[in-house]
Amino acid sequence: MSDAGPLLRSQLGRVRGLGSAKEGVHHWWMQRITAVALVPLVLWFVIAVIAHMGQDYASVRAWLAAPLTFGLMVLLVGATFYHAQLGLQVVIEDYIHNEAVKLIAVLAVKFASLVLGLAAIVALLVIAFGR
Amino acid sequence: MPSPERPLSPHLQVYRWQLTSVLSILHRASGVALSVGTLLLVYWLIAAAAGPESFATAQGFIGSILGRILLLGWSWALFYHLCNGIRHLFWDAGHGFELKTVYASGWTVVGASVVLTLIAWIAGYAARGGA
Repeated sequence: MSDAGPLLRSQLGRVRGLGSAKEGVHHWWMQRITAVALVPLVLWFVIAVIAHMGQDYASVRAWLAAPLTFGLMVLLVGATFYHAQLGLQVVIEDYIHNEAVKLIAVLAVKFASLVLGLAAIVALLVIAFGR
Repeated sequence: MPSPERPLSPHLQVYRWQLTSVLSILHRASGVALSVGTLLLVYWLIAAAAGPESFATAQGFIGSILGRILLLGWSWALFYHLCNGIRHLFWDAGHGFELKTVYASGWTVVGASVVLTLIAWIAGYAARGGA
């Protein structure tokens, strides 16, 4: 109307402050950040697992309980499940067109990722600090 | 809502297979497969936290024929998603969009994922002492 160029939002919406939540790129950006973090973490994990192949329970547990392993494993688990639930969300949103099913599927993925990530971190805590 | 009068877009099978689209869908498929694969990682960590008996059970499953087939698939999916993910990060930064470059990077990703999988399995068997 005035100097704001073509009016794409209704005046009511403008007054109520509706419209963009200014978080449009957050999903995309977090997916890239976790991807970048996962490159070194995944390479470390693969090499470390190969290095401990065939070792007995006590050695594997001692390796997992070491502070460096514990810290890197928590980062790996956190970045993995954050990245996985973002990616699965996009896949669900692309292929499931029923709104209710889509919402339930996305929520299920988010909850499952949280529960699995926490379960892994609790296991790591028990290994590092438990009996 | 579906309306029978509307023209339909061509079905997928009329398109010729191309490296670009195959690698694109493989990136999704490998991501979904790896998300399922996190279940094994979480199970393995919980088994390691629970004690020697449950750890031996987990190791027994991973070492079985089914476990090794699953692990072979997941290790290739991991290396493919890792390599193609780096390819995506270059695109995100605005590089590599020339058609020749897209095909060259695509074949590089295919080759690198196979070679890295082979190296990991050869190193893994070597670390175990042949078994």
